[in-house]
Amino acid sequence: MNRAENIELQKAAIRVRKSVIEGTFHAKSGHPGGSLSAADMLTYLYLREMNVRPEEPRWADRDRFVLSKGHCAPALYGALAERGFFPVEEISTLRRIGSRLQGHPNMNLTPGVDMSTGSLGQGVSTACGMALGARQSGKTLRVYTMLGDGEIEEGQVWEAMMLAAHYNLDNLCVIVDNNNLQIDGAVSEVMNPYPITDKLAAFGLFVQEIDGHDFPSIEAALTAARAEKGHPSAIVMKTVKGKGVSFMENQVGWHGTAPNAEQYEQAMAELDSALERLEAEA
Amino acid sequence: MSDMKKIATRESCGNALVELGKLHEDVVVLDADLAGATKSGIFKKAFPERHFNCGIAEADMIGVAAGLSTMGYVPFAQSFAMFAAGRAYEQLRNTVGYPHLNVKVCATHGGISVGEDGASHQCCEDFALMRSIPGMVVMCPCDDAEAKAAVKAAYEHEGPVYMRLGRLAVEQLYTDCAGFAIGKGRVLREGGDVAIIATGLMVQEAVRAAEVLAGEGVSARVIDMCTIKPLDEELVLAAARDCGRIVTCEEHSVIGGLGEAVCSCLSERCPVPVARLGVNDEYGHSGPGAELLREFKLSCEGICEKVRALCGK
Repeated sequence: MNRAENIELQKAAIRVRKSVIEGTFHAKSGHPGGSLSAADMLTYLYLREMNVRPEEPRWADRDRFVLSKGHCAPALYGALAERGFFPVEEISTLRRIGSRLQGHPNMNLTPGVDMSTGSLGQGVSTACGMALGARQSGKTLRVYTMLGDGEIEEGQVWEAMMLAAHYNLDNLCVIVDNNNLQIDGAVSEVMNPYPITDKLAAFGLFVQEIDGHDFPSIEAALTAARAEKGHPSAIVMKTVKGKGVSFMENQVGWHGTAPNAEQYEQAMAELDSALERLEAEA
Repeated sequence: MSDMKKIATRESCGNALVELGKLHEDVVVLDADLAGATKSGIFKKAFPERHFNCGIAEADMIGVAAGLSTMGYVPFAQSFAMFAAGRAYEQLRNTVGYPHLNVKVCATHGGISVGEDGASHQCCEDFALMRSIPGMVVMCPCDDAEAKAAVKAAYEHEGPVYMRLGRLAVEQLYTDCAGFAIGKGRVLREGGDVAIIATGLMVQEAVRAAEVLAGEGVSARVIDMCTIKPLDEELVLAAARDCGRIVTCEEHSVIGGLGEAVCSCLSERCPVPVARLGVNDEYGHSGPGAELLREFKLSCEGICEKVRALCGK
């Protein structure tokens, strides 16, 4: 990727972050912390990696994405809006009665959402089923799923990893958002999931560890995952919870708390000035 | 009842899936290391490339089935009732029920007739669990022909279906089940003093009981209620109006199953005395399945006792 493309992606990711803040502020609830850590990867997936058609969201041969860490729906919605699945203005209806944007993803309401999720540990199994089904029917599409590093404490995740490796699902890419924090504190203190990379490798996945906020690294890892044959891939991305909003970064309290009016203004101002800096660079 | 060879509904299901598989390429079967016991192995033998063993991981199996359904397949996921409805309850609630995916769960080894394995494997709570999931169809066929019809109907129905199948070989009631429909019960015997509404292997016992009761001067209507949800309320209401008394029979807890479904319907729309025959809020234990059924009064004699008590005889 060249410098201009990198800057465009960074700008798009900031717009996704603004959606996260916009949505959770108006909803007065939601999960900004993990949404912000996931924002860069989601931006890359929907703008560069995945073969999707916003004008035909249920196109049968599209690549699939399952947000196993469903509480980070605000970032998914931001990325879907950025890609054009629905108007960005709709973001402010998040979690409201009558909104297509439920607190956790609903595949029957929101254009572009491939699976309803929210209960941790379950989305990854459905992604395995999608990958199995794609291969069974001779489709060359790919399936992506994103999990939280706290989420992998769920035993079902490892049942799914076993199955993915057993059936050699090389059309599946499992992304772990390793922001190091879960609701009750640091993952290593609540229930240590480390060493995550070694565990995934031991389960038979081709694992890469990357900086989840660096677009060239994201691109390289997803490209290598696509090239890997015979094994499912995993990308463990080191991220910062709350990334992009200074007072939210690495603060566990922002896992599931919405910004108030003052915090909203500050967060938006920070994101807007980051956008301006990038525009000046470009 | 027919002299035909006894057969367990789990085996009927396995055979029915093979027939479905021949007709429809989108039929796939999943199992969780119980293919021999659930009889999904019959399908595996016929279509090895369309049978997926998920290992001892029922929660994952249900998620995989959900994913397959979004890719245009019609997955039939199989395990014992305890693990399909019990362990994977939340997966069925959130990942299958909530998005209303086209996943069929064919759960074998329901009820205490599981026998020697004992209480840990004798699931008497599956109807209650599955009924509570919005949009979930809940069925419990009684014999070979009905089980085959139910499997076919499950395939044709768009949306999630839970079907309980038995371990024990049972006698045949139907020679064919051509008129079978989800949500429709069947009157197997007319009667005006009491209506016996039964599901699963209790249907055969109900038919037998009606014969005994006739000898005592009690005219009992017998209804095979294969579909527990959605309940055939019109048939239940007609039985209440015509007979004035209802006995429900199920190899399931009296909490949350057919009996409570019937009571809910009648208490709101046509209150009449109801007696529920089932497992009385307790666990089973080891023993031969047929003997356990007698011990728990899930038998012709148990039904007759309920009817006599209800009719003041």
